[in-house]
Amino acid sequence: MNRRIDITLTVNGERVSRSVDTRLHLIDFLRMELGLTGAHTGCEHGVCGACTVRLDGDPVRGCLVMVASLDGSVVETIEGLSDTGEIRDLQEAFVARNAAQCGYCTPGMLVTAADILVESPEATREEIREHISGNYCRCTGYQAIVDAVEDVLKARRTSEAA
Amino acid sequence: MNEIVTPKSLGLSREDLPNSYIGRSVPRPNARKLVEGRATYTDDVTLPRLVHAAFLRSPHAHARIVSVDPAAALAVPGVVRVFTGADLAKVCDPWVAVLAHLKGMKSAPQYPLPLERATWQGEAVVAVVAESRAAAEDGVAALAVAFEPLPAQVDMETALAPGAVVIHPELGDNLVFTRTAETGDVAAAFAAAHRIVEATFHTGRHTGVTLEPRSIIADYNRADGTLTVHHSTQAPHMMQNVFATQLRMAEGDVRVICKDVGGSYGIKVHVYPDEMAVACMSKIMGRPVKFIADRFEAFGSDIHARDHRIKGRLAVDAEGRFLAFDIDDLTGIGPYSVYPRTSAVEGNQVVNLCGGPYAFANYRCTTTVVLQNKSPTCQYRAVGHPIATTVTEGLVDLAAEALGMDKVAIRRKNLIRDDAYPCTSPAGMRFEGLSHHASLDKLLAMVPVEKIRADQLEQRQRGIYRGLGLASFIELTNPSPFMYGIGGAKISAQDGCTVRMDPDGSLVALSGVTEQGQGTEAILAQIVAHGVGVPVSKVKVVTGDTQTTPYGGGTWACRGAGIGGEAALQSAIALKEQILEVAGAMLQAQGSSLDIIMGEVVDKATGQVRMPLAELGRIVYYRGDTLPKDLARELVQTRHFITKEYPFAFTNGIQASWLEVDVETGMVKLLEHWCVEDCGRVINPMLVDEQVRGGIVQGIGGALYEHCIYNEDGQLLTTTLADYLVPMAAEMPDMHVGHVETPTKESLLGAKGAGEAGTAGAPAAIMNAINDALSPLGARVLAQPFTPDRILRALGTIA
Repeated sequence: MNRRIDITLTVNGERVSRSVDTRLHLIDFLRMELGLTGAHTGCEHGVCGACTVRLDGDPVRGCLVMVASLDGSVVETIEGLSDTGEIRDLQEAFVARNAAQCGYCTPGMLVTAADILVESPEATREEIREHISGNYCRCTGYQAIVDAVEDVLKARRTSEAA
Repeated sequence: MNEIVTPKSLGLSREDLPNSYIGRSVPRPNARKLVEGRATYTDDVTLPRLVHAAFLRSPHAHARIVSVDPAAALAVPGVVRVFTGADLAKVCDPWVAVLAHLKGMKSAPQYPLPLERATWQGEAVVAVVAESRAAAEDGVAALAVAFEPLPAQVDMETALAPGAVVIHPELGDNLVFTRTAETGDVAAAFAAAHRIVEATFHTGRHTGVTLEPRSIIADYNRADGTLTVHHSTQAPHMMQNVFATQLRMAEGDVRVICKDVGGSYGIKVHVYPDEMAVACMSKIMGRPVKFIADRFEAFGSDIHARDHRIKGRLAVDAEGRFLAFDIDDLTGIGPYSVYPRTSAVEGNQVVNLCGGPYAFANYRCTTTVVLQNKSPTCQYRAVGHPIATTVTEGLVDLAAEALGMDKVAIRRKNLIRDDAYPCTSPAGMRFEGLSHHASLDKLLAMVPVEKIRADQLEQRQRGIYRGLGLASFIELTNPSPFMYGIGGAKISAQDGCTVRMDPDGSLVALSGVTEQGQGTEAILAQIVAHGVGVPVSKVKVVTGDTQTTPYGGGTWACRGAGIGGEAALQSAIALKEQILEVAGAMLQAQGSSLDIIMGEVVDKATGQVRMPLAELGRIVYYRGDTLPKDLARELVQTRHFITKEYPFAFTNGIQASWLEVDVETGMVKLLEHWCVEDCGRVINPMLVDEQVRGGIVQGIGGALYEHCIYNEDGQLLTTTLADYLVPMAAEMPDMHVGHVETPTKESLLGAKGAGEAGTAGAPAAIMNAINDALSPLGARVLAQPFTPDRILRALGTIA
């Protein structure tokens, strides 16, 4: 019943080749096969967003993607985004605003928030709230997260204008 | 009265010195690992020879387990073993969750896996252990388990009626606990009342939904007879005792390690049968076993809470003074009281807390706690408070309407005066010092009431219905042994902290309280840095390991800052004194003439730097030969703290909600929310504000969205995050938080708890705001969650 398939993909800039179970989800592949435990499993049915990672440039639910379908794909996780420094300002804003409490939702939240920075640089607070509504946080009540994203949007606009 | 030493008498640095950290918004030192994905949650831990457990869970609310045939499961590739209740009972004693001080309380023995009957849908019945979780789940699917369904007692309202299904026949009936508190002459007060208001409230059964599900790895090492448990828990020492006692081991042979915890809110402070099963299986197999609940099984096996029906009456005189509260509370707790805190405490808290903010003389409140075939309930954030606050504040608004009084005025008239402390409430709660009027004043300075009322009137002309709701509350924090210890539960109310200085002048603080995201480690670092006199960056904090930290209770019931923080402050002060004694010997000065500022020993009078701590450390650790022979040179100190004067340190506060009800759809839109609370000394204002905000949103969840819905057969219908709704970012309002500080005199630190205030008051504020919005339409809602369906029914739009 379980078939395996050979895939090669790029994860956080490194080429990875594996023979994977066809029923394996991307999030389990990252966590169990590659030891990339930054993204988390929260619901495993595509609602909570804790497993959000970047696939070919877009945020996706790691629990809804079958890794067997990802031959040739490019995957980025919170570990990769941290190493490249791409979202350092966002991470610093999350620390400064205490936008993470238990931290379980945070890596997924950051991947989604990073998408706002690129896709909606002029986003209002309401648009930020709308954009992160697919990422559940049980600790913060969201306000500090909205504040942090808003801070970074403003800072990036200011630095671009300068 | 307890004698309180002051910072001055202890030689603490002045508040305005650079290393004065108490009261400062310092970012959490351990937040960076969270934003870089470098935290270590239990599921991130992997061990050699690790196997994974999955459970077959009862598909019935109540059923006899007829037979278990593991053959097909054992044939699944990767499956290692199958365990039944009888297998695990050989190595594990059952537990009974009662507390001696809750008179007459009863519950049935509970095993890791049931022996004969499953008593709720979702109860773990058979375990499969395999090389991977996926293989274990394949094994569960292949198990052949025969159940004989039995009649289920689902409705708590009929649990004590003739003909009820008695869930544990040996108990005689389904009554777990009942208690009535009565003060004054309630009947006479009602007879003499100018007006009496009454209503029946429901708080919806809901649950914590920690984003990290319950997680455990148990690792029994046969070679040395030790059990190491990696556990996502709030109370490592309590769990150490539980594992040792139930598995018949010496407590010293059990070590509980708790690294990062992905949310708790009270969910992770209980003994779960499936987690006990994991420990049993590891003991039997002599290898590590991991179990991570998935979301489906979390909904059916995490504790639920707040399943209450409350009838309340309030008697008032013609001036609007409260004469008497008369409350009758009923709660269904599932088929077992949950070990070791028990499931009677939530109802007991309702009895303790109703009417809490107000001065009145006559009080009667009864709670009745009954068994039913649903998931067990137990303590969840703000235990009992949102229920008591809903009833109290709901009745207060009804009284204001009955008298034609302003809702602020009626509160101001009845709130306990700020100069009335210490005092004891009619329910018997002792208050050291609260600030209801100062908090109300502060709230009114933040909420633009006149503008809101003008807007409300204007919008009504346009068919838009907005409402403002208020809710005063008290919150129980810093619990003493009166909460659990006197009832026989091995739950420490005391906590400890060890602070040591290493050769480079850096400090390590080991604490018995724990971190689940509240910022416990951050405030401990601030307190220690403040107490010793070093930059906060020089302090590392260790929590969550029973083998290395001082024995303590962990973090629950808002005790981390108040209890753990005071232990940290006292050990830091003791270490500072020790350091200064050593420094005095080195510098040929009196220790009392020296101080420590930003990691340097200085002359107290002039501030002149005498020696960096790194130099002192170098000499003590590497050149002790140069010091006087009889000099005490232990650069480590431990202090423990327990409250002694008051059973609990009560806090208080008031919330306001401003919202809009769409009378066409029944949807509630939250516009703005305010909270003023008094948690005593604020150690880190940013972290306290964030605790309050997060708490408010969990309260909003219970008020508007979250509901564990069962059908009449006892089947849980809300087992995914698509069915069970939690607050999302787009629906939440901006929240304004203000503080009044009334430090407790029980400690030098003066801190009380702050983590539950938001949850305690938010549902009542929302309820009162919705009813304020609906008042021109003659509609009222009293059953949480206030869903569109319920609001439209109240409006008569749907039948």
